[in-house]
Amino acid sequence: MEIKEFISRFEDVLEDTDISGLTAETNFRELDDWSSLAALSTMAMITDEYDVAITADEMRSTTTFQQLFDLVSSKL
Amino acid sequence: MYNPYSLVDKTILITGASSGIGKATAIECSKMGAKVVVTGRDEERLNQTLAELDGGGHLSIIADLASEDGVTTLVNQCPQLDGLVNNAGSTIMVPTQFISRDKLLQVLEVNTISPILLTQRLLKNKKLSKGASVVFTDSISGVNIASPGNVLYSTSKAAIYGFVKNAALDLSVKNIRVNAVCPGMIDTHILDNGSVTSEDVEADMKKYPLKRYGRPEEVAYAIIYFLSDASGFTTGANLVIDGGFTLQ
Repeated sequence: MEIKEFISRFEDVLEDTDISGLTAETNFRELDDWSSLAALSTMAMITDEYDVAITADEMRSTTTFQQLFDLVSSKL
Repeated sequence: MYNPYSLVDKTILITGASSGIGKATAIECSKMGAKVVVTGRDEERLNQTLAELDGGGHLSIIADLASEDGVTTLVNQCPQLDGLVNNAGSTIMVPTQFISRDKLLQVLEVNTISPILLTQRLLKNKKLSKGASVVFTDSISGVNIASPGNVLYSTSKAAIYGFVKNAALDLSVKNIRVNAVCPGMIDTHILDNGSVTSEDVEADMKKYPLKRYGRPEEVAYAIIYFLSDASGFTTGANLVIDGGFTLQ
């Protein structure tokens, strides 16, 4: 799994954000359309795409795509 | 002592009795004098409920109601009933665009299909006495409110809302009453699977006019009302127990 591919999966999660402008260091919590629903969507997307379950508390411990990517990678 | 809510001489089956609202209902029903039949999937936790019941003559039946064999086992072993509490429930939190057939079926199976079929099987096997009371643990989710990621749960509980009204009409000829309690958020372990954080829960609690979640016993008391002869003229009703949440 590559981080670029990982970030591209957020197209379904972040409806109003231009995905091409996101990097590994982007703080997704500061994006305009980040919300508790986006967090639930992220958890569902990760389960669907990577067959990995992350909890809301684990999700909460991350702020950048890199951190989230590392979290998912650690469970693969 | 005068008590129109007494459950003395009533035998009551409660599903999902190993935790949460089901466990509290089993305990409170036993304190009101009922003979309680508790059912659930987890033998150890179910025995824990059984041990906490007041008085004697109670029964525990291990059954997975999502399987035909489980329903058959339960119906066969069940004594004649004066009350049925269809309480077992579960949830998977996903936003609409992430629904899958598996997740949808999983939630509908536990919350909608199993309780409806259990009711039908008990009726067909004449295990529900004339004058019996059937109570569903429904929810304010579905008919009254929507919340993020709650689509599967809401869908399953809205179906129960419809079933309760229709079954109440159909079963009136047998003098069997069918009612539902519709709780808001209750302090149970239904969200312990990690889909929300404790901070989310704290914030959500503040949205309730009474500034807290309900206690399982507070739902159990309403179920007792529907099971007792005090509600003899009430059928097809939905009692909202939500600390004022849906007033806003």
